[in-house]
Order: sequence, then C-alpha cells, then structure tokens
Amino acid sequence: MKLTLHIWRQNNAHDKGRMVTYQVDHIIEDMSFLEMLDVLNEQLIVNGEEPVAFDHDCREGICGACSLTVNGVPHGPEKETTICQLHMRHFKDGDAIYIEPFRARAFPVIRDLVVDRSAFDRIMAAGGFVSAHTGGVPDANAIPISKVDADKAMDYAACIGCGACVASCKNASAMLFVAAKVAQFAHLPQGQPERKARVLNMVAQMDKEGFGGCTNQYECEAVCPKGIKVAAIALMNRDYLKASLTT
Amino acid sequence: MTLDSKIPSGPLAEKWDKHRFDMKLINPANKRKFSVIVVGTGLAGASAAASLAELGYKVTAFCYNDSARRAHSIAAQGGINAAKNYPNDGDSVYRLFYDTVKGGDFRAREANVYRLAQVSNNIIDQCVAQGVPFAREYGGYLDNRSFGGAQVSRTFYARGQTGQQLLLGAYSALMRQVGLGTVELHTRHEMMDVVVVDGHARGIVVRDLVTGAISSHAADAVILATGGYSNVFYLSTNAIACNVTAAYRAYKKGAGFANPCYTQIHPTCIPLSGDHQSKLTLMSESLRNDGRIWVPKAQGDKRAPGDIPESERDYYLERKYPSFGNLSPRDISSRSAKEACDDGRGVGTTGYGVYLDFADSIQRLGKHVIEERYGNLFQMYERITGEDPYKVPMRIYPAAHYTMGGLWVDYNLMSTIPGLHVLGEANFSDHGANRLGASALMQGLADGYFVIPYTLGHYFATAKTQKVDNSHPEFRKAEEEVKARIDALLALNGTKTVAAIHRDLGRVMWDYCGMGRNEAGLKKALEEIPVLRDEFWSNGKVVGTGDNLNSALERAGRVADFLEFAELMCHDALHRNESCGGHFREEYQTEDGEALRNDDDYAYVAAWEFTGVGNTPVLHKESLQFENVKLQTRSYK
Repeated sequence: MKLTLHIWRQNNAHDKGRMVTYQVDHIIEDMSFLEMLDVLNEQLIVNGEEPVAFDHDCREGICGACSLTVNGVPHGPEKETTICQLHMRHFKDGDAIYIEPFRARAFPVIRDLVVDRSAFDRIMAAGGFVSAHTGGVPDANAIPISKVDADKAMDYAACIGCGACVASCKNASAMLFVAAKVAQFAHLPQGQPERKARVLNMVAQMDKEGFGGCTNQYECEAVCPKGIKVAAIALMNRDYLKASLTT
Repeated sequence: MTLDSKIPSGPLAEKWDKHRFDMKLINPANKRKFSVIVVGTGLAGASAAASLAELGYKVTAFCYNDSARRAHSIAAQGGINAAKNYPNDGDSVYRLFYDTVKGGDFRAREANVYRLAQVSNNIIDQCVAQGVPFAREYGGYLDNRSFGGAQVSRTFYARGQTGQQLLLGAYSALMRQVGLGTVELHTRHEMMDVVVVDGHARGIVVRDLVTGAISSHAADAVILATGGYSNVFYLSTNAIACNVTAAYRAYKKGAGFANPCYTQIHPTCIPLSGDHQSKLTLMSESLRNDGRIWVPKAQGDKRAPGDIPESERDYYLERKYPSFGNLSPRDISSRSAKEACDDGRGVGTTGYGVYLDFADSIQRLGKHVIEERYGNLFQMYERITGEDPYKVPMRIYPAAHYTMGGLWVDYNLMSTIPGLHVLGEANFSDHGANRLGASALMQGLADGYFVIPYTLGHYFATAKTQKVDNSHPEFRKAEEEVKARIDALLALNGTKTVAAIHRDLGRVMWDYCGMGRNEAGLKKALEEIPVLRDEFWSNGKVVGTGDNLNSALERAGRVADFLEFAELMCHDALHRNESCGGHFREEYQTEDGEALRNDDDYAYVAAWEFTGVGNTPVLHKESLQFENVKLQTRSYK
C-alpha cells in the first residue's frame, strides 16, 4: 500500500519544529508500524536525508521505549497495544497518517519523535521502591500473601513506563503512572512500612516535574497499552490524604 | 594471556563459603574511597550497581536507553529457576547444579554452576522482599511450574512477564540509590571503549547519544553487564539496539573472548514475513505440549493447510524422535525445521516456516481448554500475523535467541584484564554450550546481587592500584581514537545503507554459523565476512552529524563491530571439531543425527586473544575438570 505520512520533525530541543509530509510505497500489511517507519528511514538515508528519530527497542511491547502519537492517539488506534505491536493491516492504501511525539511540558522533545521522559525516573527515585538491602531479607515464603492481593499487585506492576497516560491527558497528568507503582506496593505486605512516605514523596516529585493533576477524564486508562485501571488513582488519592493527615 | 580460573580448593559444596572467608574485605569506612563503573543496567548491571552502592562504594552507571528500566532483560517471559524445593518434589542445590551442567552439554565450570545453584534461593528471597509480585497459590505461598530440561518444578514466575518484574525490582533498587546520591546514573550514553592503564581497567570512554559529546570516566574498576550478541544474525529475539560493542572493545584491549560460537537458537518463534522484518518474536515453548509440528510431504506444496490431507503431511518430529516427538529439545527441533525448509517443504510466503497445529488438541480437549492454557499467546500470534490459530495452524521457525559465549571470566567474574569484571549474558561462565530455560534471569541476578559484591571488594583490597583520573594520557588517547572512528563513520558516503549490510551479514552468519555448521560453510563465511566489511567501509552510507541524536551513526558503529566479531565466531566454530549444545557441526553426528561430543579433545573453554582485524586470533584453552558429574551422552529417542 501507498501512504502519506505527516511527521513531526524537530532538529533539537531548541528548534521550533514542524510537520513534514512524506510518501511511502510498497508497505505490506504484515509490517509493524515501526517497520513501516524503517522503510521511510532507509528511503531517507539513500537520498542523503537524516532519518526520523524515534525511541524504540524491544519491539515486542514490553520495554516501553516506543512513544508515538498516531492520528492524535498515543500508541495509535488499537486497544491495549503499543505502537511497536500495531501492524499495518489496520491501515489501508492511500491513508494519510499523522505521527507526533508524546506531548507534555514535562516530556520535552529531544529530537523529532524522541522525548525526554527522565521525569519518570526521578519520580521512581523519590519513592518507587521497597528499601530492601541486598541480602538482609527473610525467606520468600515467610510472609504468605493472598492470591487476590498478589494478582492485584501484578495488575498494577504491569506498567511499562511509556508515558502514554501523560500524553493522552489534557492536564498532562502522570497520576496513572505514579498510582500504578503506589498501588502495586499498597497491595503487598512488603510495601507497608514505607507506604505513607512513598505516596507523599512520589507525588511531591510528580508535582515538581510539572505534571498536571487528575480531573477524572480517564483518557489515560483508554490509551494504556497494559490496561492499568484508574482505580489505582483513587487508591493513591486515599493514601495521599491519609498520609498527609497522619504524618 | 594466562587463564587462571581461580577455582577455590576443597569440596564442591564448600568452595564458595571457603572463598568468601578467604577473600579480603574493605572496611566500611574505606569503601567510599573506591569507585566502580557499571556499564549496562539490565538484571546483572542494575542489581550490581544497587548492591555495590548499598555497600558504600562510589558507583557510576551507564546505559544507552532513555531509562535503566528498558534493558532487554525485561522481555524474558517464562521464569526464574531456584532450588527452593517448595513443591517437595526432590529438588536440591545439587540437582539444580547437575541439571545445569548436563543441560550445558558438559562445557561449563562445575564450581561456577554450583555457586549459581546455591545463591539461586537468595535471589527469590531478595525479589520477594522488593515487592516482585510472583505468582502465588490460594494459600498465599509461591507457585512453581516446570520447564524444559528438568524433572522438578523449580521455576518461579510472574505471569508471562517474569523478566519485566525482576528488572523493575532491580531498577527500583538502583533508582533508590540514585535518589540517595550513591549512584550517578547516565542514561542515553553508549560505551565506546575501555581504558587500560598499567595493565588494569581504569575507566571507559562514552558518547552522549543526545549531544554527541565524547567523555572519559575513571574508576578503580569497571564492570561490563552489556548483554549478548545475537543481533550478529541481524534477525533475533533481541531488542534492536542489543550489540557486541562493549564486549568486543574489551576483547580488542586484551580481554579473552570465550566460546563465541555457542549461540542458542530458539525453536518456536514467529517466522519472518519478508525483507522488511526488523526482529523475531518468540512464542513460549510450552505451546509444543499441545501443538503438532508438520510440513507437507511434497516439495513446493502451496495448498492451504486445511486442503492437505493427513496422508500428505510429514509430522517429522514424531517420525524421527518417536519417544519425545514434538517435545524434542530445542536444538533438535530447530535443526529439523531448518532441514525441512531447506528441502523445499517449508510453508508460508517465504518458505521458511513449519506448521504448529492445534486442530487435534482442540478436537480432543475443546477450544476452551486450549484458550485457558494459551489464550494470551494465541492473541499475540494473531496480533502479529493476522491469522487465527484456533482456525489455521500457527507457523513457526527457529530464531537466534541467547548467546552462551562471552568474555572469559575467572571464578571472581574478572576477565583477563585485571579490574575488568563481566556479568550476566556478557560473560561466558555458567551455561556451557546450551542454556536451560529460566536460567538466564537466575544467572544475571546471581552475578549482580550475590557474587560481585563479594569478589569486587577482594580485588580492591589486593590490587592496590594507584589513583588515576581521566586526565591520564591513556584516556586522551582512547578519546582521540573514538573521535577518529566516529569521523570515519560519518564520512561514509557510498550507496549501501548500514541496515542493508547488516542484513547481508546476518544471512552469512545464519547460513554458515547458525543452527548447523560445517567446515566448508565456515570457511566460506570467513571469506565473505571480510568482503562485507570492506563494502561497509568503502560503500556504506551514514548521514547526519556527530553533535546530535543520530540513530544512523549509532547503528553504524554497532554494525562495524559485528562485522569484525562475526569472524571470531566463525573461527571458534571452525576449530571446535565436535558437536555440543548449541554448536552443531554437521560432520560430527551419530548415525541418527544426534550431536557427537568429543570429550577427549574438546572438554575445554576456548578463550581467544585479539591479534588485529582480519588476523586469526590466538586460542587459549582452559581445560574443564569434572570431579562431581559423570560425562554422558544425552539421548532423546
């Protein structure tokens, strides 16, 4: 199939940036979306132009590196699917496709479709952990955990840290990302000793990074490639309130 | 180059305990005076960086991804082995040790493997304490499942995302230290070279992938945890950026490279659909429990699978290996699929695929049972191929997956360059010629959490090196070399893209140094690789500049190293006149087509010394002593 691509090009963080239109041909339906971009990039290199920069790595939907907004939707049209796992059979000959970076003030563009998501790392460094020094821990079966709680913790732990939740939110809120980590540990006994400090510190860092607040639009849940539920945000809000009042 | 494995004396079960006592310590107040560089933040790198920082060492860590959490450890699905024996089914440290040595086709060091089995239990404890949500039973205790190569259930798992959850645990521990200021983490930085001063590894040169700036970093020791090199085949189950550069640079600086030809080909991956394909996706091997593998009996039979009658199908694994059938081990299944396709009986548009058919199981058990067992895998398959495996058979084909070879290390995980330590997939140590399922995660975390924190202190206490900073002439020299190389890459203005040359290299390696190898093929590869390398440097094309994010330049640097490294793999494969594990030399097989090992002549680790690009490297041998297990032939008939 033949496609018209409108792609955000921006040389570096200081460049203003613009949409540039490209044509690609001989795209087959078995290609992934990123392989379609590979075709464009090979074409550009042959013509002596610089390829479109985009983050990607595992190409199997788990590393969380890929971060494209396709036709206005982070990760594109398929539900619970990262853009690297979206295949071209979902498009048809002659389609025009708009490709932009994940946009948020806290995710500044580095180049083209590559954004800086290091704010997520700093939020994790502020409290996204259980302080368990290597070695000084009890036997793995010393503390039984109900299967229901373990499964819930796993549901939230599935977050891949891609940032689609932020990109989809009109407030550029990172609350689904932060809440997923808070909720994972809230469901486990290992997470209890630091539960209050964790939610306070992570939220403080989130605010400092310039992410907005949640106003219950649930766009984040709609685009989350791992199906993380907004119930996490409710849990985090409760924990935050409790921690604020009791510490 | 001398290979001193430094295996402690004494009975196998007491070696590690004895060694831990014999090693010198650094007192807590002095630890902050020692600095270490960690390259790579996957399971091995992140766990090492976090654990060493907790001890008080000054740690600087580097990764080329935008976050430490994206390393390819994250993609491991199945699980992690440990000798907990929670199911009470007869497991023990000794059994895990034995299964691993046997699974590795008797080409691993006994002492290392035994230590791995010993610390496996600590890993599970550590991960649970970090909040890793392993699968549990209703009683609240941890669940286990069984995996290939073992008769006990010793695999811990977190749905199909075990690697992700373990990596996020290690990443959390690392980020905690970053927050505390004990680890300085540099993301989007790629290691370009290792710097050796007075015979000791004292630092690295890195490129900032965003600004292009080249900088040097000095330390008292360097740790490489930079993963495997399956991308030498172009197509593999690895992430796109996985490469051999860090390990290969160390090799060029004098580190021995051990058993580079030991690569693992995974039998159940989704076949490639055309030249555009950038990677191969693995489907869990568990599918072979209920799927039947077949190809048409006639060559070039292009009928739809449903139109091919039973009598015209060849269920080749069931035919050739009646007792193991579709559950034959990885190497045999992979090789048989290749044979069928090379014979012109492959299926799919490319002819490189075989059917994995669930029709019989669905008829026997009902669709709901198959859905319950494999629902997520069927969904993943349909997403990628657009075909419904409940209605038409899956198509699968083997793909390069894991590399058992790597930089040679002694019992302390130190390479032949003093001070340069190598962890995880990047070293060669524990899997011999073949890795068992669910053992990669175990080894990465064992190295990082429970081995290097002990052995690095001993190195610091005994090496007594002088302090060196990055103004030393060796750093300047390395920086200049790196800059010159980048300029040379940027000057490439031919007609062939780097991706196209990489694809050609992949074909050569897959055809001649892949699942089946023979002398003629390997010699042919050794002729073709230098031609490709010349083509790269004379007709390759790289665009853009060095002072910006430049994916074309990054890739060119990695492919340039693969073009040299590929020759090393072929030399190793050519010299090893036997078949063992993932290394199948077609000349050395039994009448039934089984791998024929030669323990008399080849029970050694082959560590290669660099002698210049295009030159034959020098072979050094570490002979393997088996004092505890009896060498025997595996049979699957």
